[in-house]
Amino acid sequence: MHALIQGVILGILTGGVYALMASGQTLIFGIMKVVNLAQGAMVIMAAYLSYQLFTRFGVDPFLAIPITTVLMFAFGVGVELLFLRPLRREDKSELSLLVTFAVALLIEGVLSVTWGTTYRSINASYANSSWTLWGYQITVVRLWAFVLSLVALGLLFWLLNRTRFGRAVRATVQNPQSARLLGVEAQWVSALGFGLGAATAAAAGSVYGLLYPFYPGSHYDLISRLLSIVVLGGLGSVGGAVVAGVIVSTSSAIVAATISPAWSEMTFFVILILVLLIRPQGLFGNVDRGAI
Amino acid sequence: MRLPSVLRGGVFVAVLVTVPMFGLQHWFLNLLVFVLMYATMSSAWNLVGGFAGYPSLGHAGFFGIGAYTIALIFKDHVLTTGYEPFLLLPLVGLVGGFIGWPIALISMRTRADVFAIVTITFLFVVQTLAFNLHDLTGGSQGAALPIPPFPAATFELPFYYVLAALLILTMGLTFATMRSKVGLSLVSIRADEDKARGVGVPTMGVKVLAFSVSVGITAMVGAVWAYYQSFIYPQFAVDPLVTIAIVLMTFLGGRGTLWGPVLGAVILESGQQLLTYQLGAVQLYLIVYALLFLVIILLLPRGILPTIQDRLRLRRRRRRADAAGAPPGDPTPSSEPDTASMLGGGAS
Repeated sequence: MHALIQGVILGILTGGVYALMASGQTLIFGIMKVVNLAQGAMVIMAAYLSYQLFTRFGVDPFLAIPITTVLMFAFGVGVELLFLRPLRREDKSELSLLVTFAVALLIEGVLSVTWGTTYRSINASYANSSWTLWGYQITVVRLWAFVLSLVALGLLFWLLNRTRFGRAVRATVQNPQSARLLGVEAQWVSALGFGLGAATAAAAGSVYGLLYPFYPGSHYDLISRLLSIVVLGGLGSVGGAVVAGVIVSTSSAIVAATISPAWSEMTFFVILILVLLIRPQGLFGNVDRGAI
Repeated sequence: MRLPSVLRGGVFVAVLVTVPMFGLQHWFLNLLVFVLMYATMSSAWNLVGGFAGYPSLGHAGFFGIGAYTIALIFKDHVLTTGYEPFLLLPLVGLVGGFIGWPIALISMRTRADVFAIVTITFLFVVQTLAFNLHDLTGGSQGAALPIPPFPAATFELPFYYVLAALLILTMGLTFATMRSKVGLSLVSIRADEDKARGVGVPTMGVKVLAFSVSVGITAMVGAVWAYYQSFIYPQFAVDPLVTIAIVLMTFLGGRGTLWGPVLGAVILESGQQLLTYQLGAVQLYLIVYALLFLVIILLLPRGILPTIQDRLRLRRRRRRADAAGAPPGDPTPSSEPDTASMLGGGAS
């Protein structure tokens, strides 16, 4: 029982980070109908950026987030302009999968050439300190990671719900054609939306680097988890991604605590299969978007 | 139209059979073995990814399933002739197809995007299983197969011929599919699945059939690969790069065509071997590969063969129009604006 509750605590705290990564991914899908297979790679890229800032300039990873976010935002906009915009509309959904996969490989290759393929980790001074509460361990890093993810998600929700840009984004998600008719510049919403997705990957990546050791190939593990999360939450639904992130992360932490860490990976797939059998559109998904 | 395609097929088979008789170097035969491997897998992927428009990213999972199946069967066996694993290939194909069937039933409830997600997740699950099921797969220590007892001088030849036979089989299947109701059903699914179902196409049955056959062939290639390597590790037996190579080759050559995947495999696999030889470091190779991939998709989104065919068709049409004395720029050739814009510079 103790292990179970410890697993739940760990899962919820980690779930915040997954929710952050997945919200970017699902946002990109909502706006552009593009499944971004490079989301995991962008997270790892941001982890390396904050690793570099930490080891070279001694910038605390949490403080590095504004820098990595801005850099990754620019990177995301660049990817959209260079590689996704030129695709023709008829086969965009199919080709964009391949394009983002290629971008993931490109990032992996560049990271391997720059930093090598061995595991790196960011060892901040507080990396190993923890509190004990009624016999349950709560590591400081994870708690901060959770708080920070909540803050970032709050910012994202504020951006989406309270600004002009957010309104344009939501209009595009709901109905791209009507949005365009009403004067939303769909092209720019796409570019900025992809940048925004990359920015959430950046914030999550700095945190991820603190929590786990990483190497350029880590993005394969990440992307399979992220994809299960966004499908469970319903593709295109940011709120769904947050809920699903916590659900999936908690259940895999429970499996890791009670059965074996080696099988926690399988949890993601089992959840994915169950979702497809019971509710293919996900928890908060819309059926009429043509994805299902 | 029928005779030339039969003729073309005959010439291709003859070339495949005679090529190794020229006393080629080992490295070249090795290259040919890999080209055949990828040509077969791309052709198989084309059945479901090209015709039906379901871009599976999980085929490397079935490649691994085939590799581990043959490794399990021959775990404690001593080979006498060395041809036993080849004789059991149909069994491996059946295993792959049977595993693929429920996967297809579940994942094909969804369309392109989500389907790709489910299949790529499947790929990672197979990889996790290959790492974790120590008793079956040997985990990260790898699994050994019996060493093929072929003489060193002609070591590659049995593999070459088996793969050539698999390729011919797959292309024969593709050819038959293209000329049958099944092929028509698959293409109608790609064009508009709801309408296809509306007019009575048994969409689920057809696409699940295509998927099972496709992954069954992929599993067989995986088995041949495992026997050729005689030692397999999870990270190479179930490698996302294999999936991406298959998809890229099909896209480069032209999906939904008979010869496109083969053409793509010949170009990319020889290029890849050359690159690894030249660049050595795996990481640089990743970068070049990714860039190549992006360039192909952006410049030739429909692949080499369809682009050439379009260009030829346009030229023929223009010549006919010239002969008829039609003024240039006359819109009668009913060329879709789409095709015209595709050809861009060539049309001027």
